[in-house]
Amino acid sequence: MDITTKNADTPPPAPQPTQVEQKRAARGATRPGDRIFLGLSRGSGILLLAIMAAIAIFLTYRATLAISKDDGNFLTTFEWNTNVTPPKFGIAVLAFGTIVSSIVAMVIAVPVAVAIALFLTHYAPRKLSGPIAYVIDLLAAVPSIVYGLWGALILVPNMNGLFGWLNDYLGWTGVFSWEEGAPRSMLTVGILLAIMILPVITNVSREVFRQTPRMNEEAALALGATRWEVIRMSVLPFGRSGVISASMLGLGRALGETMAVATVLSPSFLIETSLLDPGGGTFAQNIAAKFGEANEFGRDALIASGLVLFVITLVVNGAARAIIARRAEYSGANA
Amino acid sequence: MAKRIDVSGLSAYYGSFRAIEDISMTVEPRSVTAFIGPSGCGKSTFLRTLNRMHEVTPGGRVDGKVMLDDENLYGAGVDPVAVRREVGMVFQRPNPFPTMSVYDNVAAGLRLNGSYKKSELSDVVEKSLKGANLWNEVKDRLNKPGSGLSGGQQQRLCIARAIAVEPKVLLMDEPCSALDPISTLAIEDLIGELKERFTIVIVTHNMQQAARVSDKTAFFNLAAVGQPGKLIEIDDTERIFSNPSVQATEDYISGRFG
Repeated sequence: MDITTKNADTPPPAPQPTQVEQKRAARGATRPGDRIFLGLSRGSGILLLAIMAAIAIFLTYRATLAISKDDGNFLTTFEWNTNVTPPKFGIAVLAFGTIVSSIVAMVIAVPVAVAIALFLTHYAPRKLSGPIAYVIDLLAAVPSIVYGLWGALILVPNMNGLFGWLNDYLGWTGVFSWEEGAPRSMLTVGILLAIMILPVITNVSREVFRQTPRMNEEAALALGATRWEVIRMSVLPFGRSGVISASMLGLGRALGETMAVATVLSPSFLIETSLLDPGGGTFAQNIAAKFGEANEFGRDALIASGLVLFVITLVVNGAARAIIARRAEYSGANA
Repeated sequence: MAKRIDVSGLSAYYGSFRAIEDISMTVEPRSVTAFIGPSGCGKSTFLRTLNRMHEVTPGGRVDGKVMLDDENLYGAGVDPVAVRREVGMVFQRPNPFPTMSVYDNVAAGLRLNGSYKKSELSDVVEKSLKGANLWNEVKDRLNKPGSGLSGGQQQRLCIARAIAVEPKVLLMDEPCSALDPISTLAIEDLIGELKERFTIVIVTHNMQQAARVSDKTAFFNLAAVGQPGKLIEIDDTERIFSNPSVQATEDYISGRFG
C-alpha cells in the first residue's frame, strides 16, 4: 500500500499502477533515474572509445599516406624535407630529443617533487604546508607559453655558469661537454620541463602520502623508527604506485610539451651526444615549427611523427602499469 | 631484562584538553597489568604515554614522570626514539607493514637498530615467530606478504615484530578487539608465555580477558564527558574482581555502570 500511495492519490484507484509495478519487479529495479544514468554513463563510455578509435584511424591513415612516399627511412633518417621530390624525412632526431629531454626532466623533477611532497605532509608545520601547497597548485596552472618565455628570457641567459661548470668537471664523459654555443640545448629544455612538471608530480604525491594509514606509521614509530625511517618503512612503500602514477602524469606532459620547448631549443636535425650542445628537436616542437608552412603532404608527414609520439606515450604508460601491477601483491591498498 | 615501570603524577593533554590527570602506579617486571574502564577514560592515552607515543598526536603533551627502572622516560635529553626501542607496542588493529613480507616485518625493528648478519637475522626472526606461536603457520611462507595472513596471525606477527627487538616492556592496546574468539585465545595464551620475559601492560574492554591474563588490574574512570580520566584503583586482579575497595569499580565490573 505504501508503494502505491502516489498513484492512489488520484481516485478511482485504477488497476494499471499495480500492473506497471509487476512489470518493474519482473525486470528488476529500473526506475527512470536509473535508466537515464545507465544510458548516460554507457553512452559516455562508448563515445570515449569512438573518439579514441577515430583519432587512431585518422592518424594512421594520414601517416600511412606520408610514410609510403618517404624516400628515406622513416625511423632512421636524420632530416625533414617534405617540400622536395622525392620527400625525405625521418623521426630519429625527434624521438631521441623527445625521450632525452623527458628523461632529464624526470631525473630532476621526480626526486625534488617527492621531497617537497614529503616535506609538506611529514615535516612542515600545518600553517606552512597549506599555503605552500596552494602556491604549487597555482604553478600547475601557469600556461606553458609563459614558462617558455621565462625559459628563453631568464633561464637560457643564466645557464652559462652551470654549463661551464659541468663542462669543466664532467666534460670528459662526453655527455656534459660544451663548445661555448648558446645554452639552448636538451639540458636547458629538460630543466625547464622539470620545472613545468614539478607541480603535478608534487600534488599527486602529496595526496598519496597524506593517505598513508596512520596505523602503518605508528607501527614504525613504535618500533623506534625516526621520522625518516617511518617515511622509508611505511610512507614511501605505501605511496610507491601513486608516485609512479604521478610521474607518468608528469612524463606525459613532458613528452608532449610544445611551446616551452620551441621557445628554448635551437632546433637542428642532428643528434648531439652532449646534453649541453644546442640542437636536436622533439616531436611536438617540430610539429609546431613546421606545421604552418607545410603543404598537404608535409602535414601528413608531421601527423606520422605525431603518431609515433602517441605510440611512445602508450608504451610508457603500459610500462608504468606493469611496474605497479608487478608488486600489486605487496601494495598498501590491500592492507 | 624486563623492567619495572614507576609512574608518578602523570597528566596527558591534547592541546589544552586534559585527557588524564595525576596518575601514579607501579608495574612490576615480569607481570601482566590490565587496564580496564569505560571508553574515553584515558586508558589508551595513558598506555601511549608509557612509550612516548602520545606526543606523536598533534597537540599531545605530557606532565609528570615515568621511571623505567631508574631512567625517567620524560627526562631532559631522553630521545623518544630510544624509548620506543625499549618499550614495544602492539596495536588494536593488526598493522603489519603491508609492503613487507612476513620475514621482513619481523626483521624490520632489527634493521632499524643496526646491521645484522643474514644468519643472525634469520635466527632472531625464527625465535621471535616461535615466541609469538606463529612459526609453524608461516615457516613455509616467510617471503609472502604479511598482509596475506589472517587477522589473528597478523596480530601475532605484530607481536613477533615487537618482541624481536627484545624490548623491556610490551604495551598492548586492546590487542584482541578485532579478532575472533579462537585467535583471541591464542593471543591470551601467548601473553601468559611472554610474561616470563617481559613486563606487559594490556588495555582491554573485555573483563573476562583482564581476569584471565592479568596479575594486576587497574580501573580507570572519568567523572563526566569532558573531564579528565583518572585512575580509580589498581590492585591484584583477583581482588579487583572479587572484592574491590572502591564502589565504582564494583559497579563497573558487575555491569551496573553508567
